[in-house]
Amino acid sequence: MSKRTIVPIGPYHALQEEPEFFKLHVEGETVVHLDIELGYNHRGIEKLSESKGFEETVFLAERICGICSTSHPIACVQAAEDAGGIHVPERALFIRSTVGELERIHSHLLWLGLAGHFLGFNTLWMWAWRFREDVLSVLELVTGNRNHYGMMKPGGVRRDINDTDIPAIFTLLESLKDPIAMFRDAVIEDPLLHARTRGIGVLSREKAIAYGALGPTARASGYDIDVRRDHPHAAYGMVDWDVITCENGDVFDKAVVRILEMFESIRIIEQCLNQLKTVTGPIDSNPRFVAPGEGIGHYEAPRGEVFHYIRSDGSNRPVRHKVRAPSYMNVPTNRETVLGETIADATIILAAVDPCYCCTERMAVAVDSPGGGRLWGAQDLIRMSCEKTYELMKESGLRGPAPPPYAAAGHTRNWGR
Amino acid sequence: MKASESNSADAINRIRGALGDHLLNFEKKSERRFYIDIAPETVLEASSLMFEETGARLQIATGVDTPAGIEVMYHWALDSEDCLVTIRATVAHEDSSLDSIAILCPAAEWIEREMWELLGIEFRDHPDLRHLLLDDNWPQGNYPLRKFPSGQEVAP
Repeated sequence: MSKRTIVPIGPYHALQEEPEFFKLHVEGETVVHLDIELGYNHRGIEKLSESKGFEETVFLAERICGICSTSHPIACVQAAEDAGGIHVPERALFIRSTVGELERIHSHLLWLGLAGHFLGFNTLWMWAWRFREDVLSVLELVTGNRNHYGMMKPGGVRRDINDTDIPAIFTLLESLKDPIAMFRDAVIEDPLLHARTRGIGVLSREKAIAYGALGPTARASGYDIDVRRDHPHAAYGMVDWDVITCENGDVFDKAVVRILEMFESIRIIEQCLNQLKTVTGPIDSNPRFVAPGEGIGHYEAPRGEVFHYIRSDGSNRPVRHKVRAPSYMNVPTNRETVLGETIADATIILAAVDPCYCCTERMAVAVDSPGGGRLWGAQDLIRMSCEKTYELMKESGLRGPAPPPYAAAGHTRNWGR
Repeated sequence: MKASESNSADAINRIRGALGDHLLNFEKKSERRFYIDIAPETVLEASSLMFEETGARLQIATGVDTPAGIEVMYHWALDSEDCLVTIRATVAHEDSSLDSIAILCPAAEWIEREMWELLGIEFRDHPDLRHLLLDDNWPQGNYPLRKFPSGQEVAP
């Protein structure tokens, strides 16, 4: 029996925004067990929320995540509205969906770029993030902010979308279609990405159901769930769009689902904007209080269903505010997908569920087994992944033996001294 | 594409029938939200009914401390019927234990660990009951989300 070694990834690491600690138990190169530790970034938001008024809880919810910064507020206000039986004007529903779908596009482009980076496909990274900037410009035009939009409130939205802005948004959306089609072709037709992601990190449909997987992680495994369709809310019941699913559940299918979803998001936004031209009226029902009761709000964030539960006793603060982010359900599926794979593939598999990513440049040093000598940092793991890509390139004759970028750079920054 | 309301009514009637005597209270909040109270010792049976027979998806569980005891709510989504069913069991402060449903449904593993450390609910037969969010050295018997430690309201 070969010796078992633990390769810790985290708690601070390039693969995830929040500090999480993955302990990869490996025998040789093969991962045989995964232990996940949380809590390094526990902020006590549920408890903090009990000391905030209902309008303030929305801002707090917005700060749960920098990338899903409109998904949590939508779920939060829907929970308050469900608890208090608050009416929302139709125009506000279209604005909610518009902002939500713009967020989905920027989040998927962010993931696509990082996935390319981890595979040593840095061109994809640069291009994806270049076009993500355009989406952020649209968001700035619509909400006034590139991130943390501050748009949602119980009973409606805070800012209207001006009719005069709509043509500019259409133009920007139109200009996104070709780049997204380019990404689709780059991923679907690239033989190298096939070699690195096909059949890697497979999550079966049965396991996806057992773990309660959500969003693209579930849909890539053929588990056809989407809260936007199954439990219509905001404007999703009033526009025409499709739920994207794949069958294999590997890293490749997770990428395909996300890329194709961006086209659906553009479809939804275009229909919402057209509706906004004719649906007039208030954007806010100005509720004065949240009646006693309990409410559930859920919204399909880019990573899957965000769930908020609020209990009100009729005062201006929630008695209990429970938040469940999609990664809470998706991250445990790594225990299944990473088994039997190699360390070089673990990087992209752990990244494939799209755990939030903001703090990508933070890292910890990975240490070998007790007494072990070798140190692996985030850069090393990415380098190993890049090297595998280059090996495959050489084997398939796609490219000559070029040095992997990180090896060439020697991991050190030259500050010109 | 959208499920009709009669579908959800059928599903709810099936669940009510299957729960039988276990069902203590039933509340229909709206066409899409249902709350069912059950006795704490029947949690595993009710969850098996929801997960395995009804095919519901466990969204998450929530614990709330109230003067009457700690409410544990399991939120189940019936995705094809467009409704959410919350199954609620109230455990006493003095004897706050429940059967773990993590063996049945791995999706519950983390949230049970979380409710154990934050609310002090002992989950019987949990495969791996240890700290999830709090430090491993967190003082025993100190539960951050408990509001009524001995059934008495604490001074604010």
